[in-house]
Amino acid sequence: MNKQEKKRYSKRTILNLGQYLLGEKWMLTAALVCTMGSNLFALIGPRLTGYAIGAIEPGKGAVDFSKVFYYAGWMALFYVASALMSYGLQVLMITISRSVVKRMRQDVFEKLLTLPAGYFDIHQTGDIISRISYDIDTVNASLSNDLVQLLSTVITVIGSLVMMISISPKLVLVFAFTVPLSVFITKTITGKTRPLFRNRSAKLGELNGFVEEMITGQKTLKAYGREEYTIERCDVKNDAAADAFYRAEYYGSIVGPCVNFVNNLSLSLTGVFGALLYLAGSMTIGDISSFVLYSRKFSGPINEAANIMSELQSALAAAERVFSLLNEMPEKADAENAETLTHVEGEVEVSHVKFGYLPEKTIIHDLSFTAEPGRLIAVVGHTGAGKTTLINLLMRFYDPQGGKIFVDGKNSMDVTRKSLRQSYAMVLQDTWLFTGTVYENLAYGKEGATKEEVIRAAKAAHIHSFIMRLPKGYDTLLTDEGTNISKGQKQLLTIARAMLLDAHMLILDEATSNVDTRTEIRIQKAMRNLMKNKTCFVIAHRLSTIRNADLILVVNEGEVVEQGTHTELMKKKGTYRKLYEAQFE
Amino acid sequence: MKNIIMCYVKPYFPQMGVGFLIKFTGTIMDLCIPYILAHIIDVIIPTGQKKLIFFWGLAMMICSGLAVTGNMIANRRASLVSSRVTRTLRHDLFSKIMYLSNRQMDDFTKPSLISRMTSDTYDLQQVIARIQRLGVRAPILLIGGIFVTFTLDWAMALVLTATLPLLAMLTVFVSKKGIPIYAKLQEANDRMVRVVREDIAGIRVIKALSKTGYETEKFRKVNSEVIDREKKAGMVMAVMNPAMTILLNLGLVCVIITGAYRVQSGACEVGKILAFTTYFTIILNAMMSISKMFSMISKSIASGNRIWKVLNSESEMEVMEELERAENESAVAWTAADRSMAEKEAAQPVEILFDHVTFSYYKGQEPSLRDISFRVRKGETLGIIGEIGSGKSTVLALLMRLYDADSGRIFVGGQDVRSQTPEQLKKKFGVVFQNDMIFEDTIAGNVTLGRELSQEQIQEALLYAQASEFVQGRDSKEADALNIRGANLSGGQKQRVLIARALAMGPEILILDDSSSALDYGTDAKLRQGIREHFSNTTLVIVAQRISSIRHADHILVLEEGNMIGYGTHEQLMESCEVYREISHSQMGEGSDE
Repeated sequence: MNKQEKKRYSKRTILNLGQYLLGEKWMLTAALVCTMGSNLFALIGPRLTGYAIGAIEPGKGAVDFSKVFYYAGWMALFYVASALMSYGLQVLMITISRSVVKRMRQDVFEKLLTLPAGYFDIHQTGDIISRISYDIDTVNASLSNDLVQLLSTVITVIGSLVMMISISPKLVLVFAFTVPLSVFITKTITGKTRPLFRNRSAKLGELNGFVEEMITGQKTLKAYGREEYTIERCDVKNDAAADAFYRAEYYGSIVGPCVNFVNNLSLSLTGVFGALLYLAGSMTIGDISSFVLYSRKFSGPINEAANIMSELQSALAAAERVFSLLNEMPEKADAENAETLTHVEGEVEVSHVKFGYLPEKTIIHDLSFTAEPGRLIAVVGHTGAGKTTLINLLMRFYDPQGGKIFVDGKNSMDVTRKSLRQSYAMVLQDTWLFTGTVYENLAYGKEGATKEEVIRAAKAAHIHSFIMRLPKGYDTLLTDEGTNISKGQKQLLTIARAMLLDAHMLILDEATSNVDTRTEIRIQKAMRNLMKNKTCFVIAHRLSTIRNADLILVVNEGEVVEQGTHTELMKKKGTYRKLYEAQFE
Repeated sequence: MKNIIMCYVKPYFPQMGVGFLIKFTGTIMDLCIPYILAHIIDVIIPTGQKKLIFFWGLAMMICSGLAVTGNMIANRRASLVSSRVTRTLRHDLFSKIMYLSNRQMDDFTKPSLISRMTSDTYDLQQVIARIQRLGVRAPILLIGGIFVTFTLDWAMALVLTATLPLLAMLTVFVSKKGIPIYAKLQEANDRMVRVVREDIAGIRVIKALSKTGYETEKFRKVNSEVIDREKKAGMVMAVMNPAMTILLNLGLVCVIITGAYRVQSGACEVGKILAFTTYFTIILNAMMSISKMFSMISKSIASGNRIWKVLNSESEMEVMEELERAENESAVAWTAADRSMAEKEAAQPVEILFDHVTFSYYKGQEPSLRDISFRVRKGETLGIIGEIGSGKSTVLALLMRLYDADSGRIFVGGQDVRSQTPEQLKKKFGVVFQNDMIFEDTIAGNVTLGRELSQEQIQEALLYAQASEFVQGRDSKEADALNIRGANLSGGQKQRVLIARALAMGPEILILDDSSSALDYGTDAKLRQGIREHFSNTTLVIVAQRISSIRHADHILVLEEGNMIGYGTHEQLMESCEVYREISHSQMGEGSDE
């Protein structure tokens, strides 16, 4: 990124942030009123103290106690009011910042779900989590608080300045020197710290990404005795993150003392020049001391503001990461006036499809076939021949670069993704269960499925007796990484999940690869029933799985090289026969 | 939390002490400036000596200079200490996590470990940095302020200090309330991390089933839960500041009333009350900072406890050295066929021996394996087959000592697995798990996993794993970068890279847990041939669903619901084991077994 782009980027970040805050504009206003109120009340306190002291003033034996108690009473009242207001302010601020965080997190999460599936193949989960938790937190820890503080600072500064000018315009000249100096220092340092904070966020994200991946693969690493090696690799990232933290933190923490230095300098100058002015006869001692008092009031907030600036830097750096995710390209929107697929018969025609994940590397060159409704289509071929890619295209996780796919004669590009995907039931190679009960996992695809339906599906998938043996049956909590459940069982659960769907087309991608054949045969019977009148695409290596298919497509390097039934293809003595016979070798 | 401070922060105490000292000096300098100013105004100006004015003016500037240098140095040291402490803490935590047993991983859960490793350590870092920066000035001002008020008038000062115990009680009370809320907040955070992780892993399924709305709702729930707890914690902590202000300000009111009586009785002058109020402001501000620190500390205590829980978890699976060698091999029942085979190959020692092993994942649950006994000699192949959930993977887990058996013993290389160090034991194995992990690294990096392997060894491993062909077809060959979870490989390609990883070190025992399921029959057969030819001394353990993958094995173990229902060769089992015969027929067709 060059400098100008960076600047534009920062601007956009600030604009984006502003929008979130604007959503809370009423509460923000209330917060501002509270700040001013509590400050004002707090300011009245000393005044009242003054009055009370005035009543004591006459000295020994002459103290006006009724007045003292009167003012003391008022003081207590105002202090309590001020404290209540400041509590109210904090409550408001917490509410505001939490509601901004909530919306931001929700937006990021919703964004994640619209991103193309491929996004997650190159972005570490841990880094994404880092954005959702740490970055968003950082943004808000400072943002909402600092904003109010900054505003109230402005008010105090202006007020004190007016007071000081009214006392001695000449002495204010001291600030003509020191204020620009503070501004200059703050600006220089924050200019330096911005990239440091950016780096801090990025390095932390990297570390988190790494940690997430390694903890996920801990079992493998341990099996290979790679603990030390992984720890060393983690150390590198850890050191980088710690170093980036140190640099950002250190430079960020310089601002405070530096600006404080300038303030002290101005105080010294005020003292010296004030004294000289007094000697020249243009100021009284009383003037000097109240000037000093106000100048302290004046420099305090400036000091504060400088600190806030460095916090804002870290907030902005974190915000950039959040918004860069929010600004990612989502899946291409549905075509305008895209149709909704309803009452799908299940005829699928793939016509001259060409596709590669990278445009320059085609995987599927020229694929054509027609699947008639209610048929079982098996796709076989060597590993890496493009079988799973075909599914990605059918489901429109990716769009072909050439050719067309028709469902019931409609171009799949002209229908909504949602309705297209809903017309398929899919069981993938990589099973996925989420943390939830068995029942929830099974009913996932069909809202409001009754218990009976779920049990029926589980029975058909031959997983019912396994479920019943679990401690709480269908109410047992499952976790994806749970020990007690094998991959084969997971596959059966996902098959049961698919069986519940009303879809008219079924995709089974190595859905039973880890299921023993006896169980598989039993499931197949149930599936045959289920698959009646449904178009099924089955990808499998185990040829027993596909022997009964109506149409077997033998795919090689992205093209259909043979097609027909098992018997036909065996007679042909081609690729299929070779594949089949290999199992006896 | 106390433990973390003792272990991790303590080594830095001297360094922090120096830092505090510097900060202390800087702060004192900072505080000197108004004093000098007062001196100029009160003492010097009336005398009208310009020289003295300039002298003291210069002194102020020098003080400012010292203050800024001192504070900067101290801040720098503070940042350094906090980043070092966190670095060590993270290192130790990560190391500990890497060595956690499977059972402990299950108990802690991965999302929780991830959030402990990331957000909890970060919270601690923040606090350690802030406290060093704020922790000096406030106490100095507080103690100094109180001290000065005592020199002004002891009676009024006593009234003011009477509020201090109340303040302390308030702080303790609020922190006590806050810590458990923060602990709960972190738990909710774990749940949020879990949802994000799960949904990223299952993004294709979610999209396919059009469940984005449902998942959004799910996230909204965990998000709200986190937010609510954050709010609750925030609200509780927010009480501290205003409550302190009220207490102190009411104290001030009392001070003034007391002052009024003292003045009335002539024990004190009005000017002192005035001065008192000035110092009071300083004390008040100091208290504010301290209250802020306490709310940060409360949060960090919750995080610290979570981290400590992991660090302090006892290492399971200790090495038990006193276990004697497997001399009573005869304890295992030998079948007749087994004995003749053993005599034939008597030259080869027994590599794997299961002796009446019973195991269950959770105590009190039905055992996952019941009374399993078998032996495999060096260089032989063991095939394991059985229905899903019959305990196939469990046998492997016990063999590699990922879990300890409830009863019975397991020997590898003649020694009880429990008597071998993890390093010794792991060196023997090359393993591919069912859901094994491809890391975001190059192909070569995934094969070596950081082990010292030459280029030739890597290529050889890829060759015998039948992966050479597709690896050579990739742009940068072995150096080609793989995506997260190997997303740019097909299922079969992934499995072959994983097998290459297992083969690379020439393991004594190679374990393949259903890890050729995505290979076509031809490749699968070639793979097994390659392994037998080039790794003749390697003992092979294959779990498979396909009969073809194991039919040539020297021994086949047939499992059903955790029981051993058959053990022998393909031919023997075809005769003696009903279940095995059924499986075979279902796959190969009835007449096809030669």
